[in-house]
Formats: sequence, structure tokens, C-alpha cells
Amino acid sequence: MTAAARKTTKPARRPAARKPALNAPRTIREFMTLALVMETEASQRYAEFADAMEVCNNLEVAALFRKMADIEGRHATQIMTEMGWSEVPPLPPGRATWEGFEAPETAPGDEVHYLMQPWHALQLALASEQRAEAFFGRLARVATVATVRRAALELEAEEREHVELVKAWLAKVPKPDSDWAVDPDPPSYTD
Amino acid sequence: MNAPTLPAPLTFSAYKSAYKPIWCPGCGDYSVLSSVTKALAKVQVPPHEVVVVSGIGCSSRIPAYTTCYGFHGVHGRALAAGTGLKVARPDLTVVVAGGDGDGYSIGGNHFLHACRRNVDLTYLVMDNHVYGMTKGQASPTTEPDWDNKLSPGGTGVRSFHPLVIALASGANFVARAFAGDPNGTADIIAQAIRHPGFSFVEILSPCVTFRPEQKEWKKLAHPSPVAPTDDAARAARRIMTDDGFNIGVLYAGDRPVYRSSTGKAKLTPADLEAEFLL
Ligand SMILES: Cc1ncc(C[n+]2csc(CCOP(=O)(O)OP(=O)(O)O)c2C)c(N)n1
Ligand code: SF4
Repeated sequence: MTAAARKTTKPARRPAARKPALNAPRTIREFMTLALVMETEASQRYAEFADAMEVCNNLEVAALFRKMADIEGRHATQIMTEMGWSEVPPLPPGRATWEGFEAPETAPGDEVHYLMQPWHALQLALASEQRAEAFFGRLARVATVATVRRAALELEAEEREHVELVKAWLAKVPKPDSDWAVDPDPPSYTD
Repeated sequence: MNAPTLPAPLTFSAYKSAYKPIWCPGCGDYSVLSSVTKALAKVQVPPHEVVVVSGIGCSSRIPAYTTCYGFHGVHGRALAAGTGLKVARPDLTVVVAGGDGDGYSIGGNHFLHACRRNVDLTYLVMDNHVYGMTKGQASPTTEPDWDNKLSPGGTGVRSFHPLVIALASGANFVARAFAGDPNGTADIIAQAIRHPGFSFVEILSPCVTFRPEQKEWKKLAHPSPVAPTDDAARAARRIMTDDGFNIGVLYAGDRPVYRSSTGKAKLTPADLEAEFLL
């Protein structure tokens, strides 16, 4: 870090974290590998959130995250079965995959709070499904192989369905009050 | 005749223990744990041949969350314990882990000499520029103008530059990683483990509780635009002039690695007992 950058707590924002040009997969195998990695990593992140919420005794949200982890895990298993794979194949080397550091369906690791409510968890899920839908849509647009384009369109439609399902789920849970994160006995009290 | 069946490769879950981390939800250390397990799966060294050694701090809880052997030691002394272990048991893979307070403050002198000795171990620092466990005091990597209740107006003290110090002190592998890039971090840790000598990985790992502004790091971190170099002077220039968010292997050298002069690869418990007989 330069002395100037070290001096300030607010470093200048870079224009982009990681922006590879999106190269469409050349084969169905490559395409399904991407889809599998997306589902697996999404499931792992939800499981991590579920564990964290259990430790914080936020059991309602923990159960919700656990359910999401199971759903994404089932999608991953489905892909493995369809492709006849017994282990996750490596991502094709040298092929650009997605923008950013993590797969589009993975919820960002830092967007959780010990007092969060089901509404927040579902917002995270909604954003993840929407990113996945957009990703497959983009893949379909840049695909040069007809079978890959068809598969991308199929998964785009599936993700769109998931978006609608999460929206319907969201409509059933109460929206948190504005002071949902206020804790009279906060764990990070420093006075 | 039946063909011999190869054992199934170990996956990351083989390295993850059943204990649930007690880190704050959203802490960067969750991703580091995931990266460590993925890295060990890449290296395919079985858990019983790996020892994770730590000091004290939130980040130093990491050994319990793996299935490897673990040593949750004394604050600032993780490198001393890890060095001793590796010298006595060179057959083991030793990964030392902890925070910036543990490693650069109370453990700062051990850090310098561990780099200088260049024993074949991997040192992971989960740097959040703060003492998380003790509730938010400034650490050696805290920015001088970080204003908080415990250091109003900031400490005014220049921050420590661990990467360049590691390089100048003799570390054989120097890298910066970011918790928000768990797969990239796993790759870097795997390279660090495979590289001979003292491998140092500084992992930017946000503390969402005491430094919530560090969530912005995900907008700042970016892969290093250049390949690693084995030229220490060039690496030093790059590290001193980069923006602090350049992620990747910054130096991979071939400095001579320290080997134990005892020539004893392994001591049995009986050998150890004999040494303590009066
Ligand atoms: C000898 C000794 N001195 C001080 C402490 C108190 N202490 C515990 S953890 C810690 C600092 C932790 O900060 P860091 O290593 O950055 O880890 P983090 O909690 O941020 O992951 C301190 C000062 C101690 N446990 N032992
Ligand atoms: S206090 Fe900070 S470093 Fe410690 S667990 Fe919480 S977020 Fe992580």
C-alpha cells in the first residue's frame, strides 16, 4: 500500500473489481460445470449462514437458510445425476466465468446480521436468484453453440421461476421495523 | 482380475470439523476457513498430517474448525510454536494462522525471525486492521486516522507494512489475498503450502463488527495485473507502490530453507520422555 493510501480509511474506489469478458462455454459439459459450481457454492454459503444464525440463537432465520442450502444442494445433486458425475469437475482452465470474485448465485458473505429477520434472508435469496437469471441470460446471448444456448435459456427460465417463488415467499413474511438492528445490550459495546 | 481401486480424493469437507464457528455473522474469517479447507483439498495432504497452529484472537480460533491437528497457543507465540513443531516434525505440514494483532504486535518479533529463518511452513494472517476479540482497539495495521472511541482522532501512528517487511526479512513466498475471494484465496494458500520455506499470506479479512466500513474492500480488491516474480527488489518496489488491494502471489523465491541440524526426522514419545528423565 502506498503511504498515501495507508494514511486514509477511505481509499479511492477502483472502477471495477474483476471484469473478464464473458466467454460462453464451448460444450454442454463446460456449461453444466459452471451451473454445478454455482449451485454448490450457493448451498455452501447458505449452510455457513445457517450455522452462524444457530450460534446466535436466531433459529427462525437459521432454519430458513438451512432450507435454502438444501434446495441449492438438491439442484447440485440433480446436475451431478443428469451428467453422470461422481465428483465436481474442475472449471475449464483459462475460461472467463463470471464478473466478481464469487459465482452469481452466492449470497455475499458479509450481508448477514445476528438480528436479521426472514425478510432480510429472503431479500438475499431474491438478489442471488436474480443474479443467476441475469447470468444465464447473458450466457445465452453470447453462446455460439446451439446446444449451449438452449441450455442457458432453460436455466435462465428456471432461475426466473425461482425469482417468482422467492417473491411469493417474501409477500408472506412481515417487513421488519426500521429499528430491527437496535440491540439494548449489543455484543460490540465499546464505551 | 479386479482393477485396484484408488482412494477417493479428499474434498474440502474432509478438513472441516463439526464445530460451528462462533465468529460474528458476516466476519471475513468464515471465508478464510472455507479457503483453508479448499486449499488442503487441493494439496491432498490428509488431515492427520497437517497441524494448524494459532495464537489468540477471533481469527486464532481457526484450528478448532478444522479436522487437522491443532494447537491454540499463547497470544503472539503461534510462530514460535509452529517453528518448533516443524523443526521437530519436518514430515508434517504446518500452517500457522492468526490475526494482525497476534502476528504483528505482540508477535512482531517472532514474525521477523520466522521470515529470516525460512523454515518450511505457511503463515496466514487474517488482517482486519483491528483487535477484534478484545473489542476494537487499533492494531499495527490500523490506519493512523481511524477515529473510534478507544483512539479518538486516530492513533496518528504510521501503519505497519507486513508484506514488505516479510520480504525484507527473508520470507520465501509473499502473497496478498482477500476473504471475499474464497476460491482465489484457496489457490494462493495451496501455492503457499507447496512452496518451500516460509510462505506468508496476508489475507484482508473484514471485521464487520468493529470495522463495518471494511465491507467496501470487496469493491477495492482486484487481481494483481502482473505475474509473481522471484526478484526480491522488483517485488519490493511493486508492493511499496501498489494500492494495498492488489491480490495475488507477489514474490516466490528460492532462498535457502532452514533444515533441522539434529538430523532426527521424528521423535517418539519415548524419546521425549527420556529427555525429561532426571
Ligand atoms: C499475553 C496476552 N496479551 C493480551 C491478550 C489480550 N488479547 C486477546 S486477543 C488480542 C488481540 C486480537 O487481535 P488480532 O490478533 O488482530 O485478532 P482478531 O481478534 O482481530 O482476529 C489481545 C490483545 C492476551 N490474550 N494475551
Ligand atoms: S469481532 Fe470482528 S474479527 Fe471478531 S468475529 Fe466479530 S467480525 Fe470477526
